[in-house]
Amino acid sequence: MAVPAGSPRRAAAIAPASNTGRHTAIVRVTHWITTACFFALLVSGVEIAISHPRFYWGEAGNVLTPALFVLPIPASRSTVPTGYGFVLPDQNGWSRYLHFQAAWAAVLAGLVYVVAGLFTRHFRKNLLPGGGDLSWRAISRSFADHLRFKPPGAGEAWSYNVLQRLAYLFVIFVLFPLVIWTGLAMSPAVASAFPLAVTVLGGQQSARTIHFFVSVFLVVFLLVHIVMICLAGFGNRMRAMITGRGGTHKEHV
Amino acid sequence: MSELSRRKLISTGLAAAAGASGLAVAARLADRYGLIPPDHGGVYGLGETMTYASQRLLTHSSLAREFPRSQISKTPFANGEPYQGEAFKLLQAGGFADWRVVVDGMVARPASFSPAELRSYPSSSQITHLACEEGWSFIAEWTGVPLVHVLNAVGILPQARYVVYFSMQRGWWDSIDMADALHPQTLVTYGMNGGALPVGHGGPIRLRVPRQLGYKSVKYINHLTVADNLKGFGKGLGSASPEGGYAWYAGI
Repeated sequence: MAVPAGSPRRAAAIAPASNTGRHTAIVRVTHWITTACFFALLVSGVEIAISHPRFYWGEAGNVLTPALFVLPIPASRSTVPTGYGFVLPDQNGWSRYLHFQAAWAAVLAGLVYVVAGLFTRHFRKNLLPGGGDLSWRAISRSFADHLRFKPPGAGEAWSYNVLQRLAYLFVIFVLFPLVIWTGLAMSPAVASAFPLAVTVLGGQQSARTIHFFVSVFLVVFLLVHIVMICLAGFGNRMRAMITGRGGTHKEHV
Repeated sequence: MSELSRRKLISTGLAAAAGASGLAVAARLADRYGLIPPDHGGVYGLGETMTYASQRLLTHSSLAREFPRSQISKTPFANGEPYQGEAFKLLQAGGFADWRVVVDGMVARPASFSPAELRSYPSSSQITHLACEEGWSFIAEWTGVPLVHVLNAVGILPQARYVVYFSMQRGWWDSIDMADALHPQTLVTYGMNGGALPVGHGGPIRLRVPRQLGYKSVKYINHLTVADNLKGFGKGLGSASPEGGYAWYAGI
């Protein structure tokens, strides 16, 4: 029988002898800073989007040009036709300030995390899937386990399964850089210094539209992440990310 | 207290002191090189300062993207109703011949300019993006005289650090630093898409600051003041925008 990722045998090789050390301090601190920033960015991002819930492709777009798509929500501006009879008050002032402040904190926390992760071999040890794990068989088995909502084995108290590793790597090295890039591409000043960063995306309105979709992907990731934590044992996983202590003794509850 | 914890305490203390003095030095340097925005106070001041400082270092003399004529938006959106003030309508009835742009403050020769005088200067045209903070935008050809030309005509004094500009529309005023004021694309604009600048788009005179969001391109400009600091204007936050909750620097 093939050994699935995160099986006890695999975990035995990874788990430290003591009952500590699931997550390092840097991982935990940057995780919670990112969490706080993500919620700030989400609330303020929604607030900014509803002032003009129309999206375009290309360089320019406004209410007089056809939209790529329109969110069926009321706009905080009466000049934006929404089909609704009421408008929300424009809250872009504080939401823009909060959005950029949280973005700075998230980017700095992310830089600390990535640099520390390279130095401590966090990515290689914990996130890069092992060679055997990348076979279709291992991935489809992990996929099937997830679809059956199978609770994680004891080994997963110490290490990530292959789907988890791929999801985290995708978020850290694809979605986060993309959301930062498309955010910066909306800035007229950044566009003046790095015009190519805008044109390869298809224009400033394209950057805004991509920014929106990447944000949606990140929210979907967050929802799956929370569901998985609940399935794996909310208390254990939260304790591991807060105190750093893992532990197998309470895993099967 | 054990030897280890004392050593830890001392090294933590030293690190904290080094960090604090490092921050103080950074703040002094940032202020000296003009990297601190006027709205640096308050809960969002740190993020705002980091945005302004980093972008000033990266974009000091970069040029806003210009587009081919084919990219000009067929439907430029004029935000808001054209200004309806009584005095404005009188000037409009006269074809804005009596409009004046007063330039004063820290200048050698304060002066005022009519639209005709501004048109007599060498003109400059640019096809640039006007992007609103809300997310919509359009591309238009803007024609005017570079602000740097007007500033040279009145002779700015060496201590000048900001240009404050006022709209005839009550409540609208803003300011830019010298990097933007002396920037070749910052335009005292009187024309759009080959014709006169329509009133809906800020005619007769609008200041175009193409490296910042649309709200920095204030409409109906009739007064420019060169200043060495922004404390004496409004609440001292640099423009009407921070007073209404928006960032002074809008390069984002």
